Amino acid sequence: MSGGLFDIPSDLQNSYWGLVGLHLREALVPVAVGLVVALPIAQLCVRLRWLYPPVLWVTTVLYAIPSLAFFVVLIDYTGQTETTVMIPLGVYSLVVFVPAIVDGVRSVPQETLDAATAMGLGPVRRYFQVQLPIAAPAIIAGLRIATVSSISLVSVGMLIGNQGALGNLLHDGQIYNQSRLIWLSVIGTAVLAVVADALLVLVRILVTPWMPRGGRAPRPVDEPEPLTAALEDATR
Amino acid sequence: MIRIDSVTKRYPDGTVAVDNLSLDIPDRAITVFVGPSGCGKTTTLRMINRMIEPSSGTITIDGKDITKQPVNTLRRSMGYVIQNAGLFQHRTIVDNIATVPRLLGWDKARARARARELMERVGLDASLAKRYPYQLSGGQQQRVGVARALAADPPVLLMDEPFSAVDPVVRKGLQDELLRLQDELGKTIVFVTHDIDEAVKIGTMVAVMRTGGHLAQFAPPAELLSAPADGFVEDFLGADRGIRRLSFFSSAGLDLLTAPVVAVDATAEQIAARASKDVPYLLVTDVDGLPLGWAEPDRLTAGAVDTSRLLPYGRPFVHGEESLRAALDGAVLSPTGWAVAVDAGGRVTGVVSQQAVGEAIRTAHAEGRSDEKVAG
Repeated sequence: MSGGLFDIPSDLQNSYWGLVGLHLREALVPVAVGLVVALPIAQLCVRLRWLYPPVLWVTTVLYAIPSLAFFVVLIDYTGQTETTVMIPLGVYSLVVFVPAIVDGVRSVPQETLDAATAMGLGPVRRYFQVQLPIAAPAIIAGLRIATVSSISLVSVGMLIGNQGALGNLLHDGQIYNQSRLIWLSVIGTAVLAVVADALLVLVRILVTPWMPRGGRAPRPVDEPEPLTAALEDATR
Repeated sequence: MIRIDSVTKRYPDGTVAVDNLSLDIPDRAITVFVGPSGCGKTTTLRMINRMIEPSSGTITIDGKDITKQPVNTLRRSMGYVIQNAGLFQHRTIVDNIATVPRLLGWDKARARARARELMERVGLDASLAKRYPYQLSGGQQQRVGVARALAADPPVLLMDEPFSAVDPVVRKGLQDELLRLQDELGKTIVFVTHDIDEAVKIGTMVAVMRTGGHLAQFAPPAELLSAPADGFVEDFLGADRGIRRLSFFSSAGLDLLTAPVVAVDATAEQIAARASKDVPYLLVTDVDGLPLGWAEPDRLTAGAVDTSRLLPYGRPFVHGEESLRAALDGAVLSPTGWAVAVDAGGRVTGVVSQQAVGEAIRTAHAEGRSDEKVAG
């Protein structure tokens, strides 16, 4: 087996594909948790307009904290574990999710909401049946950014002792002086990011068949057409 | 009957949107609230389905206070149509229409079947059922809005400037369609508009409101045009209310002349017999009786009428069905000063001069005045 392209130094105690799986888990779990946390925060911001600027400020400040600083604080509580890597990633995702969801929900036209209210949809139904589905494209756009950035950020986990999944290969590549390992890390991470992004685009297309897409026939114009209009004008 | 009783809406900042409004909205008729922006017409409409709560006063439906039932139950018993339709962009047309039946607990198949039935009723092609709103034109979307409001067959329909955002031609079509639907369905419709022409056209009763939420006049449209309550209403009705009022007088009473009408294949003798000093022109029709145009009698050559040289005949009016306004319009538009009367199939039934239309208008006004005296 020695000399194979995907062989991994034994100190990592994992195969290449094992590292890929680990990388995905460390990247995607925080994004999922971040989304679940961001939904109610964003809804609060939509309902209480004054809350949005301070919330945005807080998420931005949290984003500005280097992950290393997070690790230093968290290591006392969660140790040198995956969790320590995932917590900052989840926190970072909020800076993308909160504005994406708020903008998405706010993009629902007032008359659509009025119509929903007038038809007897209560606040909960209005949220789940109207606002959230219409906000879906904006949320998925946020999800794409959060996912890709999370996949690239996981690598820093190597700093707290081999919790960086594919990122650990960077370190090993250096100490064993093997550029192959570095390429495996960099290309592997990039491929994961591209594939994850492509999948999310696919999801967007599948869940929003109602969105106008390029290349489709333009929105039809009202009949009756010019002849009738001209007649109407002539007899007006 | 919806009774609005001493209703006032005052906002925390002190603005009064509706000021002590009392009026009865009759059942199975179209009541239009009309007025300039800021007159409180939309606020009034929204108080009926409790999207806005009045500061004081009560609204009752058939004697029952609307605040005495759950708000969503109340709303589901009222169709609501809004400017720009307010469709759910993420749902297909059929699912948009099925919204309220689904809320009322109908199963999906039944709700969709009902939605398809309504699409047909409002003149939407069945092929649009699986489309999404963005694929429809503004006029089609508005029809979906109406179908959606009618889906659960509510007794009351609230319409808030529903046709304001579409172009005039489409708007006219939608108005006609609404009147036709109303003939079939007999809903209690409350309709808000800023367009007095629309109000006069579709309203059974018209409530003119003025800025500050005051009711200026509540009357049937014909009465509004003949006897505006004050200067504000008169100004709001516009300069040509006399002409518009003609819409309420039938053209049935007009005496039509049939003598000046000749078919395109008439013989020289027939043409000579028709020509007279009173009528300087003859109307030429095709063999089926459809109008072609006017000609001077001495220019007509039997059997070989040059149809390209005929004078235009303006816009014919449907005798008995359309109003004196249409007849007058036809006479004014025709270069000969004569209006062409046709039957429902467009075949000429006679012609009438501007003078004769004028006579009929004077008679109608005289009768209208005496009617009002009787009524008053």
